[in-house]
Amino acid sequence: MIAELGHFALALAFALALLQTGISLWGAAKRDVTLMSAAGPMALAGFGFVALAFSSLVAVYVQSDFSVASVYANSHSAQPLLYKVTGVWGNHEGSMLLWVLVLAIFSALVALFSGNLPIRLRANVLGIEGAIAAVFLLFILTTSNPFLRLDPPPAEGRELNPILQDIGLAIHPPLLYLGYVGFSISFAFAIAALIEGRIDAAWARWVRPWALAAWIFLTLGIAMGSYWAYYELGWGGYWFWDPVENASLMPWLAGTALLHSAVVMEKRDALKIWTVLLAILTFSLSLLGTFLVRSGVLTSVHTFANDPARGVFILAILTLFVGGSFALFAWRAIELKPGGLFAPISREGALVLNNLFLAAAAATILTGTLYPLALEAITGAKISVGAPFFNRTAGPLFLCLLILMPAGPLLAWKRGDLAGVAQRLVVAATISFAVAALSLWLVQGGPLLAAIGLFIALYAIAGALVEFADRTALFRGSLSASLSRVAGLPRSAFGTTLAHLGIGIALLGIVAEAGWSEERIVALKAGDQVLIGQFDLQFKGIIPRQGPNWRDLVGRFEVRKGGVVVAALEPAKRTYLADGQSTTEAGIETFGFGQLYVSLGDPMADGAVSARIYWKPLVTLIWLGGVVMAIGGVFSISDRRLRIGAPQPARRNTVPAPAE
Amino acid sequence: MSRRQRRLVLIGAVLAILSLAAGLALTAFRESIVFFVTPSELAAKPAEPGKRFRIGGLVKEGSLVREGLSARFEVTDGGASFPVIYRGLLPDLFREQQGVVAEGAFDAAGTFRADTVLAKHDERYMPKEVADALKKQGVWREEGAAKK
Repeated sequence: MIAELGHFALALAFALALLQTGISLWGAAKRDVTLMSAAGPMALAGFGFVALAFSSLVAVYVQSDFSVASVYANSHSAQPLLYKVTGVWGNHEGSMLLWVLVLAIFSALVALFSGNLPIRLRANVLGIEGAIAAVFLLFILTTSNPFLRLDPPPAEGRELNPILQDIGLAIHPPLLYLGYVGFSISFAFAIAALIEGRIDAAWARWVRPWALAAWIFLTLGIAMGSYWAYYELGWGGYWFWDPVENASLMPWLAGTALLHSAVVMEKRDALKIWTVLLAILTFSLSLLGTFLVRSGVLTSVHTFANDPARGVFILAILTLFVGGSFALFAWRAIELKPGGLFAPISREGALVLNNLFLAAAAATILTGTLYPLALEAITGAKISVGAPFFNRTAGPLFLCLLILMPAGPLLAWKRGDLAGVAQRLVVAATISFAVAALSLWLVQGGPLLAAIGLFIALYAIAGALVEFADRTALFRGSLSASLSRVAGLPRSAFGTTLAHLGIGIALLGIVAEAGWSEERIVALKAGDQVLIGQFDLQFKGIIPRQGPNWRDLVGRFEVRKGGVVVAALEPAKRTYLADGQSTTEAGIETFGFGQLYVSLGDPMADGAVSARIYWKPLVTLIWLGGVVMAIGGVFSISDRRLRIGAPQPARRNTVPAPAE
Repeated sequence: MSRRQRRLVLIGAVLAILSLAAGLALTAFRESIVFFVTPSELAAKPAEPGKRFRIGGLVKEGSLVREGLSARFEVTDGGASFPVIYRGLLPDLFREQQGVVAEGAFDAAGTFRADTVLAKHDERYMPKEVADALKKQGVWREEGAAKK
């Protein structure tokens, strides 16, 4: 009954989304105020129906109603409640419904918080959001319906893939989708601008909070996914340049570029066409990311053959939105009056360089991700493009970008003073260089590349701090004067500093992990000792442990530092009872910013057990950097300028805040 | 600076960064692409020492020998089979008669040493390349047949 209710709500949501598209776009074209003002209420009602459908699906999962095919395939009655719920989006059908739910949430937010938008722009934006929702709902209803029943109903489910039964992966997809789908708003704004053939600085100011919100979620989602891979897969690696990871990194790069170019557009009324193009590109890459992860296209082009209806539909969606928006762009972009050109040495010049490097990095990653598919489709040869390719292409581009990063915010708008900037950065560069050189001497035989990376990471961090000190006139005047300047700074200034600081922090973690990690692969018997870093691990033996739907073989380790016991680690080999599948549960202990990491291998014939033991100094900075970046984003989004919106003196204090 | 000069600087920057990216991508493609081969293909055309490639198939029944932390096993596609040596922890889902992909190169002595071993992701899934290779050899069995 509940499943049918959800199915019905989904169908109603589809019909409503079609109406929302038709009425809003038609109303905007005809400038009919009555039709245009219907867009908002329809978006809210659409959200209601999608929310009802999603709650129905959650309900059948919680009830373990195995007569629903999706529940049977992805749940088990012994599964903990948390993983019954997260199992909803641990599969293709449910994750598509989550995607549409997030879209409906964003549309409803636009409907609620866009009172300051011109009514025509608002109607167009909601019309396009409706079109995206309609297409995805049709996709779900025709090829990926999560509410289909099984007859006769099985007595027990097949269980959620054990590797997904983890809190990290429970919140990773929703975060990622909030990012992907959030960029649909800037996409809708871009298409609306193309339809109207009109765009100005105010447009950039309206788009920015939405793009920022999406970027914050995507940043956190990527960091979360990376940490999950690190502790759950048992390899101690945090980034594999796996197609699925690349799929989330590409929209992040394009979205980061979009945030920066929107600043230029808002302040200097330039880079308009480029910003529109970036908004389209970012969402196109988000769509690609959504489908790459779930459809299996990446494993091979032939996977399409397994489920032709779904594959063809996905291709059709990509063609419609990506092809359609590019066609519209080619046709209408000329209508948008391009802004003026500007001096190369200026803040806006630096932002253009930032955009070029980000776009180039995204392009090389896209090439590396899709090339094996294209080659196999054309010649039949099977290749894999792995980490070495991406490290050699995106790596140097990122390093160039990071070297330039501290200079950007120090340059003035319109006409910058390069010598002045260099003078202000020379101290940061010198200190970073000295520390990097010192590290080479301290870690004898350490890799040179690590020292270079360390220099760039420290320089990025120091540069961000120099910029902040510069803005607040720290060290130049009295402390109280500086403090009052800090209080007077716009929130977006804190945002810039924090985001740039976060990048430097993450790079520092990456460099330390790559350059100074220690690894031991050992065969252990009870009582054996392993020395790693400054730690002394003693293996105490293996004990069994029983969980709700799994059985563990736990290896017990006692960790000493300088003779004192500082931690006990309990890595485990976990076997899930439903299907006998096993996973590795790493034992991790954090010391400062570093982590001691132990994962168990298989028991050997002579009673010993194999284990991987790592000491990874500063490794947590990788993810902390991501969190600092996201906090920077939150500061930016709370900037007064974005809440106020376009100058509209009469209602300055009554305009509601978007997306907080 | 005139408008024309400004435009030239912009175009120059675009071209410079694009060619940097293209150059990096092309050299990286030449040096870091890894081909996927099956045991039968390898038997027909052996690879040269030091050149990295991936080999995929099923772990041959009864071929897995563990010596301390090293493992020796044979990869088969039903036609030829091919010995692999790997030092380290085998993945959770590594089992005999299951799909596997090993990446590495021949050493000077002609032994294939893998530094990466990937097993199939779960009970219902087999690496795509492996499934294709088995189909080619005519030993592909439909879902469930590859289970123990």
